[in-house]
Amino acid sequence: MKVIIVGCGRVGQSLAEKLNSDGNEVTVIDLNASKVNDVTAKCDIMGLVGNGATPTILREAGISNTDLFIAVTNSDELNLLCCVVAKKESKANTIARLKNPEYSEVAPYLTKELGLAMVINPEYAAAEEIARVLRFPTAIQIEPFAKGKVELIKFRLGKDSELANISVKDLATKYTSDVLVCTIERGEDSFIAKGDFIFQEKDVVSIVATHKAASAFFKKINHKGRSVKNALIAGGGSITHYLCSILERSGIALTVIEKDIKVCEDLSAQWDKVDVICGNASSNELMLEEGIDTAEAFVSLLPMDEENILLSLFAKEVNRGKIVTRINRTDYDSVISRLDLDTIICPKNITADTILRYVRSTNNAKGSNIETMYNIIQGEVEALEFIIKENSPIAGTPLSKLKFKKDVLIASIYRNGQVIVPHGGDEIQPGDAVIVVTKQLGLHDVADILR
Amino acid sequence: MNYSVILRTLGNMVLFEALFLTVPLVTAAIYWEAAFWMYLITIAICVAVGALCLLIKSKDKNVYSKEAFVIVALGWIVMSLFGALPFVMTQEIPSYVDALFETVSGFTTTGASILNGSQIESMSKANLMWRSFTHWLGGMGVLVFIMAFLPLSGAKNMNILKAESPGPQVSKIVPRVRQTARILYIIYTTLTVVELVLLLVGGMPLFDAITTSFATAGTGGFAVKSDSLTSYSPYLKWVVTIFMLLFSINFNSYFLLTKRKWKEALNAEVRAFIIIVFVAIGIIIANLCFSGGYTFAQAVGQAPFTVASIISTTGFVVNDFNLWPTLSKTVLVWLMFIGACAGSTGGGIKVSRWLMYIRSTTNEIGHIIHPKQVKKITLDKKVVEHDVVRSLNAFFVAFFVIFGLSVLAVSIEGYDFTTNFSAVAATINNVGPGLNLVGPAGNFGFFSAPTKLVLIFDMLAGRLEVFPMLVLFSPKTWKK
Repeated sequence: MKVIIVGCGRVGQSLAEKLNSDGNEVTVIDLNASKVNDVTAKCDIMGLVGNGATPTILREAGISNTDLFIAVTNSDELNLLCCVVAKKESKANTIARLKNPEYSEVAPYLTKELGLAMVINPEYAAAEEIARVLRFPTAIQIEPFAKGKVELIKFRLGKDSELANISVKDLATKYTSDVLVCTIERGEDSFIAKGDFIFQEKDVVSIVATHKAASAFFKKINHKGRSVKNALIAGGGSITHYLCSILERSGIALTVIEKDIKVCEDLSAQWDKVDVICGNASSNELMLEEGIDTAEAFVSLLPMDEENILLSLFAKEVNRGKIVTRINRTDYDSVISRLDLDTIICPKNITADTILRYVRSTNNAKGSNIETMYNIIQGEVEALEFIIKENSPIAGTPLSKLKFKKDVLIASIYRNGQVIVPHGGDEIQPGDAVIVVTKQLGLHDVADILR
Repeated sequence: MNYSVILRTLGNMVLFEALFLTVPLVTAAIYWEAAFWMYLITIAICVAVGALCLLIKSKDKNVYSKEAFVIVALGWIVMSLFGALPFVMTQEIPSYVDALFETVSGFTTTGASILNGSQIESMSKANLMWRSFTHWLGGMGVLVFIMAFLPLSGAKNMNILKAESPGPQVSKIVPRVRQTARILYIIYTTLTVVELVLLLVGGMPLFDAITTSFATAGTGGFAVKSDSLTSYSPYLKWVVTIFMLLFSINFNSYFLLTKRKWKEALNAEVRAFIIIVFVAIGIIIANLCFSGGYTFAQAVGQAPFTVASIISTTGFVVNDFNLWPTLSKTVLVWLMFIGACAGSTGGGIKVSRWLMYIRSTTNEIGHIIHPKQVKKITLDKKVVEHDVVRSLNAFFVAFFVIFGLSVLAVSIEGYDFTTNFSAVAATINNVGPGLNLVGPAGNFGFFSAPTKLVLIFDMLAGRLEVFPMLVLFSPKTWKK
């Protein structure tokens, strides 16, 4: 697929990298020559310096035979203009990033009237993800499948967890629950769950289950299954804005700490129930005063990664509750993952994954039918939701008779509103939504999981 | 420095050389020549060495700029070291240094030979084919060829493409390096085949037509006859003239032509190149007619061919231009230094560099008149970034320092100045024939071995545009 990306910021760069390694032909456009040079040196893509909203530069980039056009510059208006011009010049599907809530609120209007395929709002997506884990604090990460009916939940086994030294097989018999273990991360290694795999302390485990089944399961293993009651948020940026709007009526009491008095005033004017504190979140004293040690959840959304990491580490010291950390740069992922921070939110990864999902599902050379896609473990394990078509080779045969590739797991089958935890005797039928967890990255069709 | 990835890439290059050597091998088989066995042995050696290198495992497959430059410089040297073996083994060029000179001259598309006319005529067909084929490979670049077929170590390939391809600003024409390499070779092969057909139509024998096409395509200049192309028909000479010029135009232009972007294809560099060619032909024809005593017909028969041959840095000859009046010879020396367009198979300093030098000089004059003036160097309405200008200036200095030192080193032998100067100019610009003793009627065989080594260095430095060779010999590169 031929893709043009306008804007080489954080989101643009990580998009370019991922789309390129996914096998697409990528061209990036940015006004800043040094940024273009940086990306083109890093990955095998073409770079152009210029204004992506002008037809001349778009023609130079080969807009006429482009399949997908993505505008992720810093300015919403420019993104929209780029998409409009691109649409005039070609039949490409266009995606625009919109940060401003005023625009993203009218997203349906914009997509319809300007012919956009999709608008993405990284900050809103990040806020949604934060809201999900606040409602279910045991989880590090929650991804919805089958329109929210099934969830993929990632959580960490604490010290002296009940699950330690129990095998995956025993888990099912001991707790008689409808959850399916998908992956286990231990240190730098990741595994697709097999029956004889034995859990250890500190493992990060991901399961697929309905929300209800998961809650019951966590209760059984003495993990906290209910929502937090209050949360302390450091930083009053746009994610905070969205978070407030999502959680306004959820009964979670929010306290926001923000340096800038104007931002504080804005927040308090908009969200009546939110406690807004004007002060420096990096001040240890203020944080203690506002109860970083007692809050059930602490969310660090400051602009600087370093501040967020330090604050979260501090919170971890003094508090046993939920901790969410926003991180922008992913270059030092390996170091950060060793810090044992609880939930990490990376807006640019969320955005890139959303678009990747879109690309995969429209990349229909082979009649692909991917519904949703998540990176369970960045760059190693993916979870994909397929809608099974009439003549699919995997339909109608008991699972135990199918020959799957290595490291492939059928995690869940969703049929007519019913969620089936798959067993060897189950059959997949046309029309089912099937969730596949796999280390085979870049699958396009459900048939690809067969040997 | 990532030694394992360098060795693995070199191993790949040597294996590919084994593949390339099958071309003369087949030639030898067709003509029932004893050289067949020598080529078979060379191929065996290459396969063994290449396979040995590939046994090395490398964890980190990243080719950073430094590794890319070392790979390119070492790769070209290694290819030449192995490529020289058949010449020695067949005893047709008994001295190894001579054989190396001939091979480097082939790969760098110089076309300077240490052989005299009768030695060329008596050479085996296999060796003649190998000489010409090295031109074809060296023209577009061996690593570019490998890149088109092998997924060489991930996304950092662009560094290799940049280090091997000529020109101040190497850019991709399509997003993927591999695809870019393929497109370049497709254009290259198509043009070569078209020339081959046109030569065959003109009645050139098949073997001559193939070798001449290879030598023209790479803008090399090795011919299979003692008098180069002198004895062929005017039609064949004109075909070669046109193709020498076509192969010295930026290949990106051909790609743009296929996309019907006429204006972009005819960019400032191509326009300047065409103007230079016509002006040079005009001056030489006038000079030959008025002060050289040539008839107009003679002048038209010789001047365009020679101008095309020298500016494209091919080095084919249809007459002894050493006998021309001084003005014409001086124009030729100028053309050597101007060279072809960037991104072509030709050598020299490149037209686009000269354009930027001229713009930067006029800007400097403007700056003296209006000290606060702000003016960016632009080419085709695109700003030339500061980094490019900086490396451009460094290139100019490095080029002429190497040139000056080489002339000095060659002078130790005591031949006349014109010979020394033109010998270095003809090798560092990858032209081939120079003036006086190294002129069209002469050859490079009489130089001593050390001088030949200096010239070998010059040819490599010229083809790879100086920096890879300098990086290779810089102690900083090898420090831990």
